[in-house]
Amino acid sequence: MVLRVLCGESSSSLLQARVSIFQGKETFVDAHFTKDHPTAAEQQAVDSVLGVPHSGWKGGPRRPDRDGHSAVNGHRLGADRHLLLPVLHAIQARMGWITPAALNYACQRLNVPPAEAFGVASFYGLFSVTPRPPCVLHVCDDIACMTRGVEDLCRSVESQLGPAGSPSLNGKATWLRSPCLGLCERAPAALMSRAGEKPAEKVVAPASPQSLLSKLESFANATIEEPPDRFEASASAPQASQNGHSRLVLLRRVGRMDPASLDDYRAYGGYEALRRALNFGGSWVVREVLNSRLVGRGGAAFPTGKKWDPANQPRYLVCNADESEPGTFKDRVVMEADPYSLIEAITIAGTALGCERGYIYLRGEYPLAGERLSHAIRVARERGYLGTNILGRGVDFDIEMRRGAGAYICGEETALFNSIEGLRGEPRSKPPFPTQVGLFGKPTVVNNVETLVNVLLIVQEGGESYAAMGTLGSTGPKLFCLSGHVARPGVYEVPFGTTLRELIEMGGGVAGSGQLKAVLLGGAAGSFVSPAELDTPLTFEGTRAVGASLGSGVVMLFDDSVDLRKILFRIAAFFRDESCGQCVPCRLGTVRQEELLQRLNHRKPMGSVEAELGLLKEVGQVMRDASICGLGQTASSAIESALRRWQLF
Amino acid sequence: MDHEKGNVTHRLQAVNPLVPVPRGPVPVIPPASPRRKVRVTVDGREISVPEGTTLLDATRAAGIDTPTLCYLESLTPVNVCRICVVEVEGSRTLVPACSRKAEDGMVVKTDSERVRLSRRLILEFLASSVDVSTSPQVRAYMDRYEVHPERFGPSQAPSDGRDQARAGVHITSDGSQAAAVAQPVKADNELYLRDYGKCILCYKCVEACGPDAQNTFAIAVAGRGFDARISTEYAVPLPDSACVYCGNCIGVCPTGALMFVSEHDLRKAGTWDESRQTSTETICPYCGVGCTLTLHIQDEKIVKVDSPIENGVTHGNLCVKGRFGWQFVQVREKTQSGGDAS
Repeated sequence: MVLRVLCGESSSSLLQARVSIFQGKETFVDAHFTKDHPTAAEQQAVDSVLGVPHSGWKGGPRRPDRDGHSAVNGHRLGADRHLLLPVLHAIQARMGWITPAALNYACQRLNVPPAEAFGVASFYGLFSVTPRPPCVLHVCDDIACMTRGVEDLCRSVESQLGPAGSPSLNGKATWLRSPCLGLCERAPAALMSRAGEKPAEKVVAPASPQSLLSKLESFANATIEEPPDRFEASASAPQASQNGHSRLVLLRRVGRMDPASLDDYRAYGGYEALRRALNFGGSWVVREVLNSRLVGRGGAAFPTGKKWDPANQPRYLVCNADESEPGTFKDRVVMEADPYSLIEAITIAGTALGCERGYIYLRGEYPLAGERLSHAIRVARERGYLGTNILGRGVDFDIEMRRGAGAYICGEETALFNSIEGLRGEPRSKPPFPTQVGLFGKPTVVNNVETLVNVLLIVQEGGESYAAMGTLGSTGPKLFCLSGHVARPGVYEVPFGTTLRELIEMGGGVAGSGQLKAVLLGGAAGSFVSPAELDTPLTFEGTRAVGASLGSGVVMLFDDSVDLRKILFRIAAFFRDESCGQCVPCRLGTVRQEELLQRLNHRKPMGSVEAELGLLKEVGQVMRDASICGLGQTASSAIESALRRWQLF
Repeated sequence: MDHEKGNVTHRLQAVNPLVPVPRGPVPVIPPASPRRKVRVTVDGREISVPEGTTLLDATRAAGIDTPTLCYLESLTPVNVCRICVVEVEGSRTLVPACSRKAEDGMVVKTDSERVRLSRRLILEFLASSVDVSTSPQVRAYMDRYEVHPERFGPSQAPSDGRDQARAGVHITSDGSQAAAVAQPVKADNELYLRDYGKCILCYKCVEACGPDAQNTFAIAVAGRGFDARISTEYAVPLPDSACVYCGNCIGVCPTGALMFVSEHDLRKAGTWDESRQTSTETICPYCGVGCTLTLHIQDEKIVKVDSPIENGVTHGNLCVKGRFGWQFVQVREKTQSGGDAS
């Protein structure tokens, strides 16, 4: 058989596979694509991002006048790969899933091998690589929503729509359970998405079992013109609508101004910081940031001044807006209510560091923030605050926004780079660090949304006076995401040093039964503290002293009716779902961790409970020690902190 | 110099008058500038290695056998298996020896309790989720690190739904069985099989298929987390994919997940016996590149073909002809003995 193939004596399937590389392809590229031809809709979806193909080299029809005597090859041929994720978004939004023909056409246009593009498409939770109804209801069943009756909600949805993932409403819709949607202040939350000619996304929060289904039905049928999502300060940032508003600095515009209006933003002091920064120059800005002792607000608490080293000649400034830590929604509130402040902050940082371009990597589940930011970027560009010759100062800088597609891991900075570059969102090995080798292999500065917004304050007040706020080790104001069993959940701005007790009082005290059982600090990757630790100051050093961490600023309350074990099971399931699968300790450690907890849950320990807890500790240790990135290294942290404080099994 | 050149010319002429005589001086490769040395302490022993050396090479230079699974000299390190982790003083986490460069003054421990625990659990994770029966390498490491995969319970039965798994979704079990990647063997062509129940996801085949050797990109990692898997686009069979059957993925697979049909058939029949096999090096007869082939022979029959990784021509890589086009040898043998040529 083999001999015949090699000599070309038979038309076996193997021979056809070899020959098909050269036959029936409308492309010059020496790569193997599939035989699927796109429909008009599929082609439109891809072309909506890439434009109409102008040559046979880029997946279009052959044009002898243009293509006959030219060649596109080498680096240029694959240079558009970074557009793969936007193209996949367009296909998903138009077709409802990533169809083989649309993917193949996208591959021809971008010169990406289909196997690799499939690897990317199948990596993200919001994409489907199998047929799916056009309308999808994502019901958040994560820990914050668990405190607000999400189980009843899911039961009601399941009884009316069938099991998660099955088609319903005449094949028009389906529902799925989702990890934290970042709407914890309005829990329980759901997100609806509709694919088709008029794709749409809509948040339902709080979602009630009674009304959710009728909302889904009208959304799926697109019968009525849906009012666009709006930001409600009273629901998301209670301080902003209270008397103490005047003391706020980071949130001072929230709920006051029209988030779409640049004039409004300027009336509230917007773009003064950029003028100041351009007047004093980049090295002044960098020095002030260093003097401010600002540390990153994304969770890792790395000193921002250390990242901001012009000696590294950073090429890109990346704003990490992939806020996916369960219980975190502060960045969303800033982006929805005050989008220009982020655009201004990125412009200041980018021009001060001499970066060529800024990127915002926004979480895929934040449709309103995405709309607000792209509007703000467009208006800022029109009005001369972005693009070439900013404010007539001869400085060029522009910002591009990219949307994630449902992957917690893409909040890890190097996974985020890979995601932008059109690769799977797998973290890279460090060193080299992003400041040396970052986005597209160039030195890159990555900062969280809240971190960047703090830069506006630093530029306006100066680093020294900024550092006077807060404590010695944690300077400035901090946004906390208060959720769970608290009377007034939402984003709260306090200076560092406020105690946990004071913060809970600001939020109106413990809700639910009124008896506090536990507080989760820092989200799923953070740690639990007990009511005995309420006088812990909310600073990086203060939480470290009690063996906890501030993380991204999550403060989630659980009353004494909560079965903490269920919260731990959900956290374990979360990490298993969100591990990228690259390294063994995390890919399998998160699975074994969940299995161990479930054995204890079902009272089926292998050997004794003590032996199982010992094994759980070992699993946690190897994840912490040997995983590539922070996800695996912290996947056992909250669980271990709870087991240290309470005897749960 | 002149004297040497004369010698060379003379020798060439003496050997073969058809070889053209080089005109002018023979080019000499300039000596490489000496690389700076860095001093590293490995398990208490101070050694000196050239700058840019990985910790893996440094530990090997110190005579320590650091285990590796996803590492191969001819491929870019992906450092995903994490079995090569070592402890570096001052580092919060363990570091992968295969890709971390040695730095001056580094103090490295390769056999501390932390390192042994990580290596043991990594092997337990793998052995409790993957069939490692055809990987002598993994089994040897399991003995070395006293591995007990049964601590995580009996492994799950095979499932054929892995290709359909959706990112970010799983069914929570009661934990009584250890989740495993066991699944039916993919037999979609006549040259090699893909038994992904034996796959430890070391990424080697993807690298060999892609930029590190073949540049065919027929396979990639798809899915996420525990459901991450090696796959063609939409899991189409290999004949519908970009695969060119070079078999370089088989050459780098450390677990036998990718296997010649000839080897698989013998193993199935129970007649595969490496102790009865001999290997013979020869040159591929097909084209002018002259790839070195290693023929593995059992009972006077070729059972598989590969190429030595250290070979300067192939670096272990072959094409479909060298890798699979050897049946004619057997056919000729049959003709001579039985006269029944087909």
